[in-house]
Amino acid sequence: MEVRVQNVRKEFDRFPALHDVSLDIRSGELIALLGPSGSGKTTLLRLIAGLEMPTQGKIFFGDTDASEKTVQERNIGFVFQHYALFRHMTILENISFGLKVRPRSTRPPAHEIRRRAMELLDLVQLSGLEKRYPNQLSGGQRQRVALARALAIEPAVLLLDEPFGALDAQVRRELRKWLREIHDRTGHTTVFVTHDQEEALELSDRLCVMSQGKIEQVGTPDTVYDHPTSPFVFGFIGESSELPVTIENNELWVGGRAIGIPAGDASPGNARLFFRPHDVELIEAEASLAGVVSTSRRVGGTRRVELEIGGAGHLVEVDLPFDHPAGDKTRLAFRPRRWKLFPAT
Amino acid sequence: MSASVSSVARRLGRFRRPSVIPGFGLTLGFTLTYFSLIILIPLIALAVRSAGLGPEGFWKAATDPRVLGALRVSFVSALFAAAVNVVFGTLIAWVLVRYRFPGRRIFDAIIDLPFALPTAVAGIALTAIYAPNGAIGALFAPLGWRIAYTPAGIIIAMIFIGLPFVVRTIQPILEEVSHEVEEASATLGASRLQTVTRVILPSLMPAILTGFALAFARAVGEYGSVIFIAGNIPFVSEIAPLLIVIRLEETNYAGAAAIASVMLIISFLLLFAINLIQAWSRRRYGYGN
Repeated sequence: MEVRVQNVRKEFDRFPALHDVSLDIRSGELIALLGPSGSGKTTLLRLIAGLEMPTQGKIFFGDTDASEKTVQERNIGFVFQHYALFRHMTILENISFGLKVRPRSTRPPAHEIRRRAMELLDLVQLSGLEKRYPNQLSGGQRQRVALARALAIEPAVLLLDEPFGALDAQVRRELRKWLREIHDRTGHTTVFVTHDQEEALELSDRLCVMSQGKIEQVGTPDTVYDHPTSPFVFGFIGESSELPVTIENNELWVGGRAIGIPAGDASPGNARLFFRPHDVELIEAEASLAGVVSTSRRVGGTRRVELEIGGAGHLVEVDLPFDHPAGDKTRLAFRPRRWKLFPAT
Repeated sequence: MSASVSSVARRLGRFRRPSVIPGFGLTLGFTLTYFSLIILIPLIALAVRSAGLGPEGFWKAATDPRVLGALRVSFVSALFAAAVNVVFGTLIAWVLVRYRFPGRRIFDAIIDLPFALPTAVAGIALTAIYAPNGAIGALFAPLGWRIAYTPAGIIIAMIFIGLPFVVRTIQPILEEVSHEVEEASATLGASRLQTVTRVILPSLMPAILTGFALAFARAVGEYGSVIFIAGNIPFVSEIAPLLIVIRLEETNYAGAAAIASVMLIISFLLLFAINLIQAWSRRRYGYGN
C-alpha cells in the first residue's frame, strides 16, 4: 500500500512538532525516518498510524483519505520500542489478539486463527514458545513476538518505532538482518523510525532525514550519503569534518591561503566546506590544507587525527593509515578528494 | 559427631543461603518474637479459651442458630460489600489516575478519610443520612425501601470503610500500566471496550484481588460503624462481632471465644485462598520482577 503524507502540520499545545511535511512512501518499500531526538520522526510515524491526529494536512493510504479514520480502521501494524506486549497473555494469545477482537463477521474461525498465529510464530523463529508468557522471554524474542503480533492482522502498512532501541548491540545487528529478510519475504510497506544512522543506511531502501520538524532529504542510502543536500544531513549521516572557507577568484581560501580546491559555481564570499575524514589524500603541495596534529587516536583499522588548521584554531578530523608516524604537533598537509560547499549561515 | 553437625548445617543451609546482606538470624528472630507477641499469643489464648468448652460445648456454641445467623449476615454482607467496592473502587482509581480535573488532589485525599474517621462517627453519620427521615433515606422511603436498620445498611457501612483499601491498591498498579499497551491494542483493531476488558482489567487482576481481600477482611471485623446502622435484629441484621460483645456482656467468655474462633477460621481460609490465587497470577504475569 502506498502512503502519501500531504502538507502535514502537527502542534502539541501550540508548540509545533512538524512543519508542513510531505512524503511519498512507495508500495512495498522499506523506508527509514532518521533524525536526532526532537526531530519529529516519531510524531510523523504516529500520525501515519493514527495514534495522533494532524493539526493540518492529510494522509492518504493508496487513494483513500486515511486522516479521517481512527487507528482501528486504518489496519496498520505498529511495533513499539518497549514491545508493549500483553503480559497476562501467552505468546500465542498475544499474536492472535488482533484477529480475536475482530467483529464476528470478519473474524476467522478459531482453528484458522490458531493456524495463522503458529505460522507467524514460525516466521519469527519462535516455534515452541507459544505457551510462554512475555516476561519469560528475552528482549530480542519479545520484539519478534511484537512483530508477529503486528503482522497477524495483515496490515496495510507496517510501522516500527525505534524497534531495536532497547536491545543490546549484538542482538540489534542480528534483528536488523532478520527484519530485512522478513520484509523481503512478506513485502509489506514498512516505515521505521531510528536515530541510528548506521541502522538506517544498512536496512532501508530509502531514508528520510529529519531535523527540527522538517524533512531535510529523502533518498536512497547512496544518494543521501554521497550527495547530502544540507549541512545538517552531511553532519548527521556518516563522519564529517567542517571548515569555514572564503571563496575568491573561483578558488577556496583558508586563512589567506589558497587550498587548491576550485569553487565551481559557488558565489564569492564566506562558505562552509564539508568532507569525510576518510576521503582525503596527504599531499606535499603549497596549495593544500595544512595543520598541526592536536590529538590522535586509533579507530579500528585507521588512525584518526584532529588537525588544527590555520591560526584561528579550527579543528578538523582526518583519517590516516594506522601505521602513519604522525604524532603530536606533527605538521600535515592534505586535500579532500571529495567535498561539498554550503553557503555560510 | 562431625558428620551430624555437617548434616545439620546442610539442612540449615537450605534456608540460609549465602547472602551479601547480613543479619538473617537477627531479623528472623526479631520477626518471630514480634509476630508471637502481637499476633500469635493472643490468637492462641483465644483458642485456649474456646477449648475450655470441650469439643461438644464448642460445637454447640458454634452451631447455635443465632450464631449461624450472625455469621451468615457478617460474611455475606462483607463479601457483597467487597465486591461492590472492587467495581467502584476500580472506577475511582481509574478516574484519579487517568484524568486531570480541578480538585483532583483534594478528592484523592478524601478517599483516605474512612481510614481515619472513628468508626462510630461514620456509623452515626451514615445512619442519619440513610434513615427514613434522612437526606438520602427520604428519597427511598416513598418506594418502600428502607436502608438504615436493615441488612442493606450493614452493607453501606462496610462499603464505606472498605473503599480506600481497593482504591489505594489499584491506583499504583494502574499508573504502571503503560499507555503503549493500550495503543498496541488499538492498532490491532480492538475497540475501547475490548481494550479495557481484555487488556487493562486482566492486568489489574492481582491488584483487584488484593483490594478485595483487604476490603473484605476489614468489613468482616467491622463493629463500630455497623452497629449504629444495622438495627441489630437477631437472624436478620445482627453481625457476629456484635454477638461476641453480647456474649461478653453475659459473661459467657467461652461462648464469645467460640464465635471468634469460627470467624477466624473462615476468614483465614478465605484470605489464604485469595492469597494463593494472587501469588499464582503475579508469578504468571511477571509482576514484581
